[in-house]
Amino acid sequence: MNIIVCIKQVPDTTDVRIDPETNTLIRSGVVCIVNPFDMYAVEEGVRLKEKFGGKVTVLTMGPPQAEEALRETISLGADEAILISDRAFAGSDTWATSYTLSGAIRKIGDYDVIICGKQAIDGDTAQVGPGISAHLDIPQVTYVKKIEDLNADNKYMRAERMTEEGYEIIESPLPCLITVVKEINEPRLPSLKGKMRAKKAEIKKWSAKDLNLDPGLIGLNGSPTKVVKIFTPPPREKGQVLEGDPKEISEKLVEFLKNDIL
Amino acid sequence: MSIRVINEKCTGCNLCLKVCPFTCIEIVNKKAVIDLDRCNLCGACIEACKFDAIVLTKISPSEIEFPKKLEEHKDVWVFCEQKNGVIQSVAYELLGKGRELADTLGVDLCGVLLGESMKKEAQDIIYRGANKVYLVDSPKLKHYQSEPYSKVLMKLIKERRPEIVLCGATSTGRSLISRVAIGIHAGLTADCTGLDIDKKERLLLQTRPAFGGNIMATIICPNHRPQMSTVRHKVMKEAELNNRNKGKIIEASYDEDTYFSRTKLLDVVEEIEETVNLTEADIIVSGGRGLQKPENFYLIEDLAKALGGAVGASRAAVDAGWKTYSHQVGQTGKTVCPKIYIACGISGQIQHLVGMQSSDVIVAINKDPHAPIFNVATYGIVADLFEVLPELTKKFREVLKN
Repeated sequence: MNIIVCIKQVPDTTDVRIDPETNTLIRSGVVCIVNPFDMYAVEEGVRLKEKFGGKVTVLTMGPPQAEEALRETISLGADEAILISDRAFAGSDTWATSYTLSGAIRKIGDYDVIICGKQAIDGDTAQVGPGISAHLDIPQVTYVKKIEDLNADNKYMRAERMTEEGYEIIESPLPCLITVVKEINEPRLPSLKGKMRAKKAEIKKWSAKDLNLDPGLIGLNGSPTKVVKIFTPPPREKGQVLEGDPKEISEKLVEFLKNDIL
Repeated sequence: MSIRVINEKCTGCNLCLKVCPFTCIEIVNKKAVIDLDRCNLCGACIEACKFDAIVLTKISPSEIEFPKKLEEHKDVWVFCEQKNGVIQSVAYELLGKGRELADTLGVDLCGVLLGESMKKEAQDIIYRGANKVYLVDSPKLKHYQSEPYSKVLMKLIKERRPEIVLCGATSTGRSLISRVAIGIHAGLTADCTGLDIDKKERLLLQTRPAFGGNIMATIICPNHRPQMSTVRHKVMKEAELNNRNKGKIIEASYDEDTYFSRTKLLDVVEEIEETVNLTEADIIVSGGRGLQKPENFYLIEDLAKALGGAVGASRAAVDAGWKTYSHQVGQTGKTVCPKIYIACGISGQIQHLVGMQSSDVIVAINKDPHAPIFNVATYGIVADLFEVLPELTKKFREVLKN
């Protein structure tokens, strides 16, 4: 069973705080982490491997230091890691990113399941997972909260897909791509042995010329969308503090909210 | 787009270095140097710089030359998501916004509806302001499945060439449209909260939050058509129903191959615990660790019930097993924007705030006056929630009864 997990390195917003005086973000010294949703993807990949045998290959596209993120996934049980990095990929939007990743997956070749986190916490698009499956023309099941059954011999999977109202049970042939939500598992902590392995592991590095890609479809040129403006949203208007005993407070609040509720 | 430091203006003051979320700025010989490999052009340093020493060279819409064939694309389309034959309210919101965009551009507003026996619903879309509805009616399209839905939508788009396609940023919408955008090589912007038209250039200006809403970005799609966006639920105003609106229903059908799906939907399970869907709710009452134990969640549930709202929970409460994951609001849970959000015993870590800070009114109840939740609260109540909540529930019940 060959499993490919796609991850992204993102700034850790747990380090981000709001300055109470200026009401702006304090981002000094923010470190980069593996996108939280991708941690569930890695864990699910490793669990599938433990159950069915095979190999977990972790893939990321990013700057050279994204190598750290890949090493972390090796400490958690991934077998191989590939970094796709090239200046030519700079400025990629979700179209070009999923095209590039799908090119790398084609190069890897043999796979049964591709697992992605449901979205990255910096861009929040949730578009790259389905984008990869569209480029590879394989089935997709998004927002998976549980793999109910997987049969590696018959190349078949049954999964629960989270929706706004509950969930759907979906069956798919393999290979397929799934994106996962937090509920699917509880990621393990790295073992000491894993950490040692991560330190020594060789990270494969592929650049644009290693992948069979159309140069017009990668990076900024291959990205249909362009950012024209970036700004911080206007801060929320300063609120008011309601004081008094519980009864007084309740009366005040009900008075303020009355119009919105009725 | 590219970024650069104007060395004459840079004083090496370190301000930019402190705010960079990617830690890609260094001070070399008292001048800021940006590592372009790592920079994602977020612009945080530009805002921080007091000396205007960092500039972002942007592509402005007026610099873009249009390939002629883009002009063949006309009309604004709204993908009208249905579940169990019921059109989802986000579609009506998009028809409201879509009407505005279509009027600005001087084109038709068209609904796109896929499902089984949906003639009446197609008519409803016209009553909500659409000039045309493209209806693909087949038992094979009764429930959403990504392959048949994306194949049908791609074919319709290729045949009819709309210039804009809007779709709700729901679990269905995001999964479907991402696939479609790849297949037709269109630009797609996720989870927009603002849509406008640059009239001169005939471009859709798509504004969306990133970094959990801490940064806003306006995105265009200059050289590809259609311009596609998924739009956040509850941000746009619903189109009004007018039974006198006239329009045309255009039926289309495709071969079995188009309707074929490799994935199969075996069952749909609605979780009964969810009396009100969080993302649909106008009022949400959320509880966190301040409730001390799971049994105390009844305080939250009572207030939510009195207000006809939904129950949310912080990550801490979900991780402790007090509430199921489907109630979780925040970065790794759901992003919500109700009219009223009442946070009880939630300190307001950034991961929670990014999931609810666009709510119209935020009420925070917390014992700790320094809890960060008060920074975003419209009404802050520094008090013991065990004393305040029962009183509040009582008062709201009284008011709503009259």
